[in-house]
Amino acid sequence: MDSELSPQDKRDLDKFIKFFALKTVQVIVQARLGEKISTRSFSSPTGSDWFNLAIKDIPEVTHEAKKALAGQLPGMGRSMCVEISLKTSEGDSMELETWCLEVNEKCDKDIKVSYTVYNRLSVLLKSLLAVTRVTPAYKLSRKQGHDFVMLYRIYFGEVQLSGLGEGFQTVRVGVVSTPVGTVTLSCAYRTNLAFMSNRQFERPTPITGIIVDHFVDSPCGGQRPANMAQPCNYRATDREDVGQLAAVQDSQEVCTTSFSTSPPSQLYTSRVYYPPLAELCHPAANPNQALHSGKKYSNVLTSVHPPPEADTHLTVDQAPNTPFRSADDKGLSQSEEERKVVGRQSISPCDPVESLNAISRKVGAFVNKPSTQIKAACLDLPFAAFAPRGLDFGESDPMLQPPDSPPSLSPLQASHVSQGSEGSGNQDDFVMVDFKPAFSKDDLLPMDLGTFYREFQNPPQLASLSSQTSSQSMANDLDSLPEKLAIYEKNIDEFDAFVDMLH
Amino acid sequence: MNCRSEVLEVTVEARQVEEAILSLLHTILLHRSTGKFHYKKEGTYSIGTVGTVDIDCDFIDFTFVRVSSEELDRVIRKAVSEFKDALSNSGSDGMGQISLEFYQKKKSRWPFSDECIPWEVWSIKVNVVNLANEQERQICREKVGEKLGEKVINVVEVINRHEYLPKMPTQSEVDNVFDTSLKDVQPYLYKITYQITDSLGTSVSTTMRRLIKDTLAL
Repeated sequence: MDSELSPQDKRDLDKFIKFFALKTVQVIVQARLGEKISTRSFSSPTGSDWFNLAIKDIPEVTHEAKKALAGQLPGMGRSMCVEISLKTSEGDSMELETWCLEVNEKCDKDIKVSYTVYNRLSVLLKSLLAVTRVTPAYKLSRKQGHDFVMLYRIYFGEVQLSGLGEGFQTVRVGVVSTPVGTVTLSCAYRTNLAFMSNRQFERPTPITGIIVDHFVDSPCGGQRPANMAQPCNYRATDREDVGQLAAVQDSQEVCTTSFSTSPPSQLYTSRVYYPPLAELCHPAANPNQALHSGKKYSNVLTSVHPPPEADTHLTVDQAPNTPFRSADDKGLSQSEEERKVVGRQSISPCDPVESLNAISRKVGAFVNKPSTQIKAACLDLPFAAFAPRGLDFGESDPMLQPPDSPPSLSPLQASHVSQGSEGSGNQDDFVMVDFKPAFSKDDLLPMDLGTFYREFQNPPQLASLSSQTSSQSMANDLDSLPEKLAIYEKNIDEFDAFVDMLH
Repeated sequence: MNCRSEVLEVTVEARQVEEAILSLLHTILLHRSTGKFHYKKEGTYSIGTVGTVDIDCDFIDFTFVRVSSEELDRVIRKAVSEFKDALSNSGSDGMGQISLEFYQKKKSRWPFSDECIPWEVWSIKVNVVNLANEQERQICREKVGEKLGEKVINVVEVINRHEYLPKMPTQSEVDNVFDTSLKDVQPYLYKITYQITDSLGTSVSTTMRRLIKDTLAL
C-alpha cells in the first residue's frame, strides 16, 4: 500500500496527521474553557502556525495529548478521542460529548500530500472550530463556574460512547482522504441531560472573587486513583509568549510550507521543514498502557480569571447583604429567603462579635409600638436602625411586656401583641431593634411611615363584632322582626312594582 | 463546469435578521478564505495565517466563528445591512433571499469584459415573522439558535465533500481566483446579491424581467 508513496510524502503525511491530531485537541479543549476565543490573522506566514490557522497551543493540553498518543498515530482501531464531561460542585459527573479522530483503511492514492491533503486538513480544522460552538456542550461550558466545571480526557484506542446515555447524537465534522487512509473527525454528544434538570445552570449573575479551585483534589497519602481528575489551569498569555513557548517545545517543528503553482504533472517543489526523526519517534513509556482503553485521567478546564458570565451558587450564608438570589432560582422560595435574609440584616455589621453573641430580634410586623418609644436620635447611617441597641428598649419591649389589648375575635389578632400596659420582664437576653421602614426618616414629618404603619396595624374593632353588644343586638333584632315583617307586607305592592320595573 | 448551489432557509424575527445572516455568511467565508499568498521565485508560494474570532449574537442564543479580519467583517456587515433595510422597506411580507456567490474571472479579449463564472452559490432564504409577546421572543431566541446550529452543520457537511475548488493560481492569475484587496486574509472571489420577494411570492427582479420581456415581445 505504501510502496507508491514516497518516503518524503510518508514523512510529510505522518507529520500532518500528528499535528492535526494535536491541533484538534487544542481546538476542542479551548472551545470548552468557557471563554470566547480570538486570534489574529497574519499576512505573512509565521512558521509556527500549522495549517495556516492561528490556533494557540496550551502547553498542558499539548502535553496531555502527546502523552495519550505516546508516539503513535491514529490508525485502524486506534482512534484519538477527546471526552468532554461535566462535574458539579456536589461531585456528580456526566459525560457530555466525545470527539473522535479516526483513520480507516480507505485510501486515495492519487491525492497530493503536501498540497491537497494539507489544505483539506486546514479546512477540516476550520469546520471543527465552527462545529465546536454548535454542540450543546458549548453553551454549558460558557456557563461553567462555581456550580460545575468542564473536564476533558484524552485517550487513544477504541471509542467509548456508552457514557453518553441513550439517544446520543452524532455529527460528522468532515473527512479527508489520504494515501494511507481516510481521516474522519466526528462528535457524539449526549442529548439526555435528565440528571441536570434539577441542577441550576441558569445563573446569569456572576460573583467576582470566586476562586475556581474548589475541585482541586489533594493527594491522599499516595492512594490517588489513577483516574482522578487533574486540574489544568490555563493562564491566557500573549501570542508571542505562546509562540515562544511552542517554539521552545517544538523548536524543530517548524511549519514552513511552500506550495508550487506548477502543474501537477511536474515535480512539485514543496518542502516542509521538520526535524530529525528523533522527534517523531517517541518510544512509549508503557506500550500496554497506551493501548489500554480504561480511564486514565481527566483534566479540569478552568481559567484563572473567572469567566465574566460564570454562573454562581449564591447562598444566603455566603452573601448576607444580598437580598435575593437570581430570578431563576428553583431552590429556596423567595419568601423563605426574605425571612432568612431579614434575619441576617438584624446583625450589626459594626459589631460582628457582639452581634454573634447577642440574640438579635426584630420587632414583629404586627407589634404595635407607641410612637414615644421611637428613638428620636435616628442616625443617618444606613441600616443604623439594625444596630443592636443593648438594653435600651428592654423596658418598653412589647414582646416582653405585652400591652393590654381589647379582646379579639380574630385569630390573627390573637396571635399578635397589641397595645397595652407596660410591664417588667427579663430583658437581658434580647436586643430590641426598632422597626424602621426603608428610606423613612423621623424628622421629616410629625408621624413617620413606621409610626403610621404601627398605629394603624391594629384598628379598633367594629362595634358590631364586639361580643358584649352582639347578643344584645341579636335580641333587639329578633324583637323588631315582626314589626318589620308587618311593614313589608303592607308595602308589598310597592315591592312588586319595583321588581317589575327591573325586568 | 456546473455551479454548485446550496440553499439555506431561516425563519427569524426582524431584529434577528442581521445576526442570522452574518453567522451563516461568516461560517461559509471562514472555510472559503485562506491566508495571504506570498509568491516566491521558482513558482512557489507561502500562505499567511488566518485567525478566528468567536462572536456572540445579541438576539439569538448562538455563537459563531468568523475570520479575524475587520475589513472583511465590515464589507459583509454592509451588505447584510443593505439587505435588511431593503427587506424592511419593501412592504413585502418579510421574505427575501441573500446569496453569496463564489466565482472565477475569465479573461476575455478586448472589447469584451472579463467573464465571471460562478462555481459555488449559497442562497439564504429569510422569512421574517412578528411575535406577539416576550415569551414567544424568548422561545424564538433559542429555537433560531438551534436552527442556525443545524445550518452550520449543513454548511460544514457540504464543504467537506471537497468538491470542485478552483486550481491554485499563479501569481499573474491570483486576482482571477482570490480577492486580494484585503490586508490580512484572502477569500475566494465572491459577490453578495439579494432579492426581495413581494407579497405575491414573486421576486421583484423576476417581475421586472417579465415586464421587459413582455414589452419587447409586443
